[in-house]
Amino acid sequence: MTADPAAFRFVSTNRRVREDRRFVAGHGQYVADVALEGMLHVAVLSSPHPAARIVSIDASAALAMPGVHYVLTGDELAAATDPLMNGLDTPLVQRHPLAVGQVRYAGEWVAAVVADNRALAEDAVENVDVRYEPLPFVISAEEALKPDSPPVHSAHGSNVLLDRTFVWGEVDKHFAESSRQLSFRVTWGRSSTVPIETFGVAASWDPWREMLDVWASIQMPKYPDQIARALRIPANGVRVHQDVDVGGSYGVKRGIKQTVLVAHLARRLGRPVRLIEDRLENMGGGDAHGPDRIFDVEVAFNDDGIVKSMKMRALDNAGAYAGRAPFQLGKPIGAIVGPYRIESVQYRAQSVTTNKAVQEAVRGFGQAPTNYAIETAIDKVAASLGLDRIEVRRRNFIRKEQFPYLIPSGSTYDSGDYHTVVDKVLAHIDFAALEKERDRLRGEGLLAGIGIAACLEPSGGNSAFEPLLNEKNTTTTWMDSCRINIDGLGFVTVTIHTTSSGQGHETLVATVIGEVLQIEPDLIRVVRPDSLACLPSNTPVGSRMAIMLGGAAFHAAQKLKTKLTRIGAHQFGLGEDKVIYAAGAVTDPRGGKQLGWAEIVNIAHRNYHLLPEGMEPGLESTHVMQVPTGERLPKDGRVQMYPCHSFEFHVVLMAIDPELGKPEIRRYVIGHDCGTVINPHIVKGMTLGGIAHGLGAALLEEFVYNGEGQLITQSFMDYLLPSAHEVPEVEIVHHCTPSPFTVFGQKGSGESGYLGAPAAISAAVNDCVASLGISFNKLPIRISAIGDAIAEAQQPKPQEHAT
Amino acid sequence: MKVDLRINGAVRSAEVEPRKTLLDALRENFLLCGTHAGCEHGVCGACTVLIDGEPVRSCLMFAVQADGYEITTIEGLAPAPGELSVIQDAFCETHGLQCGYCTSGMILAADALLRQTLSPTREEIAEAISGNICRCTGYGQIIEAVQFAADRLRKANTPRPHHGVHAAQAEHDAPVEGVLEAAEADEPVAEAK
Repeated sequence: MTADPAAFRFVSTNRRVREDRRFVAGHGQYVADVALEGMLHVAVLSSPHPAARIVSIDASAALAMPGVHYVLTGDELAAATDPLMNGLDTPLVQRHPLAVGQVRYAGEWVAAVVADNRALAEDAVENVDVRYEPLPFVISAEEALKPDSPPVHSAHGSNVLLDRTFVWGEVDKHFAESSRQLSFRVTWGRSSTVPIETFGVAASWDPWREMLDVWASIQMPKYPDQIARALRIPANGVRVHQDVDVGGSYGVKRGIKQTVLVAHLARRLGRPVRLIEDRLENMGGGDAHGPDRIFDVEVAFNDDGIVKSMKMRALDNAGAYAGRAPFQLGKPIGAIVGPYRIESVQYRAQSVTTNKAVQEAVRGFGQAPTNYAIETAIDKVAASLGLDRIEVRRRNFIRKEQFPYLIPSGSTYDSGDYHTVVDKVLAHIDFAALEKERDRLRGEGLLAGIGIAACLEPSGGNSAFEPLLNEKNTTTTWMDSCRINIDGLGFVTVTIHTTSSGQGHETLVATVIGEVLQIEPDLIRVVRPDSLACLPSNTPVGSRMAIMLGGAAFHAAQKLKTKLTRIGAHQFGLGEDKVIYAAGAVTDPRGGKQLGWAEIVNIAHRNYHLLPEGMEPGLESTHVMQVPTGERLPKDGRVQMYPCHSFEFHVVLMAIDPELGKPEIRRYVIGHDCGTVINPHIVKGMTLGGIAHGLGAALLEEFVYNGEGQLITQSFMDYLLPSAHEVPEVEIVHHCTPSPFTVFGQKGSGESGYLGAPAAISAAVNDCVASLGISFNKLPIRISAIGDAIAEAQQPKPQEHAT
Repeated sequence: MKVDLRINGAVRSAEVEPRKTLLDALRENFLLCGTHAGCEHGVCGACTVLIDGEPVRSCLMFAVQADGYEITTIEGLAPAPGELSVIQDAFCETHGLQCGYCTSGMILAADALLRQTLSPTREEIAEAISGNICRCTGYGQIIEAVQFAADRLRKANTPRPHHGVHAAQAEHDAPVEGVLEAAEADEPVAEAK
């Protein structure tokens, strides 16, 4: 297949996103819309303590209330189910859906109350009497590292989940050789994607069929497997209904603990049961917080600003249980040098338990924080040399002709043309005019500055960080799949094997299959069977679906196209290479004969005697796609992480009124190269949404724990989400460098914008306040922090008066 | 207690607890599931409905308070099954959504704006939707959708029907200073039923 956009009929064209129709009419089917006969409702009781022994739980008063059916405790649930899976080999860090014997963070779920409706369940929660004996706790990651810190899991022996140092290349030599070095610390505050729909799950158990039916707001690879394991039932006794619309996820809707809890209750009570988290349950105990990370970075560079080597230590606060969070330190290894030719890297990845809520996968899986650290380093290198920040980036960029480019940590970048993207962005902006505008704003008494960030979006989503960080894990595939059926009347139905949370996968596969078969995509039906009828899939994680689901759909369609062609050729008595397939018809170019779509379909479905010998009747094909390039286990701490690498370049003009401290983005331009775009609307939405999300992480959003270990930002009054007031108009400058590893040259875009926006916005704030001699090294940079720092910087210094 | 609510032009009755929110009543009693629960404390706007044409958070209003008002939910916008209103179609045209969860509220907020003006500035659109949080889109394509809808409505040169059969009369009843206060004032009447 060619990657030339002009050669496409449907790919890269501005077609509508087919999913939108049902949503604008209010006819999405979300988990809260699933009504099951006789369904009961769950509310949970949360721990008020960051760490405490559970002395007793008395549910009698709650159970005595009308409409209350059951109160489930951690002890009962732990006896009936297996602990939830850990990503790392940390068997003594055990995690159950409800606390067992001990609570480990304020907000942790302690008991679940089941009642006729949610309001009654909430009432009854108030009447469950739990006695606690408070224990010492630890909130800060640095404290948790200390040997004498209170262990979150005493059986594990310490709070350290992971402490691994990788050295890729001759780091010591490069540092010794370099004329200049600098070091700094930046901190990425704990935020998350916080979808507007909380997590929800409904389950029912049929004892006569031994079948668990699950409807969930889910985005979790291998979800049915994990439920089955925890519940100790066969995996073919778990039927997950994939036709549930998910109201946003961006990584976090992993929901295993919620599902195990609800599924156990459904079995125990013989009634369908559902839990739809309310906002407090979601924020405090839904286990959906994101990375919470301290970076200590050292770089070695020369007088021209060429960065030769980097040492990075990333200390991540995983919260109270392990889960998959530590892997978020692993994925960025696949782009640990960003878009730069840094020759060697030392990377120390540390993950510790603390008495905070559990971390879950967040958009980018650790890449956005890492990009923030790398981009801060490049800005500091430029500043230390008095060089232009864009020029320093240009000097360090991998050049177009160097691709495919092997980075020190073992990943090969597929393709890119970073210099051209930067040139296009600067030309679009008229950068000299932007600087003039900045100076004009400064002239008006505002603090004004420009932020720059360049970064990569690794995409294609294999799971190579798993074996890299856990040698017992031997995962080398992270497949996705597609099935196509052309029925006896010639209509095309496609199955995809995952839920979606707004990514437009139905549009994606219809576009791809329409392209290959040269038929109108709008005529293609796309459905999601339940998990028992599904082919292997790993859900939309790791910016993978354009590559992986798009790839699977492409290959399945190619198989069908070949079959259609063979059937046609056989009728003409020709070899399949002697006929032409076009727009669903097969033509003998010499004899001038043609067989149309309906005729070929009819033969396949009804005329076995006309099929080539040995051909199966019907028109059905499947494809299970392996992630391109990700075939091997890690070796010597090196591995090929994701196959594709999208590029983005952000330029932000910001102004801050020194009296208010409020950062205002006056202009936001992003250059974006994700290879061949399959649907421009979808890619644009991902990029704009990613930038808004990044703006939140940079300026507004943080899960803050106070000195008592309490989460003090657990409503939208305190955890601030960007509104249309905060998010600026964004201009996108497109570029297309096709990937050589994918069917159309496409790369991923599901994390675009988010991976560079926090770095760019932080840089803009720091450029605004640089004239005051201050800078911010922790995200989010909230208005209050800016205002206070400016006020302090503007105070006359007493010493100066004394001299 | 019994409530008689005028929803999308029809009177619907239900027995509800006095503490039941309008949001829960719409979803559970009337099976109008296009209205979504987001934060349930009045910030995110996912539960937005129109009360006498004004956007209101249905999570902050009791069902009994809505008695006597014209309630419009997302289900009330489509002119016929399978047929979209101009604003709904505009959201499809610009892809002004992704997961769809905030979309009902967003479209109703846009609908209310475009009943006040068909020439809104970008700032006016941002203001009108600023009480509705979208985590997917970054608002760019939503604002484009509202601009596109405004343009089409301006050029349509056809009268735009009010929502519901009681809308004309409801306009006279519409509270001047905010629906919530007015609804509170109305509460004794509702209880008397």
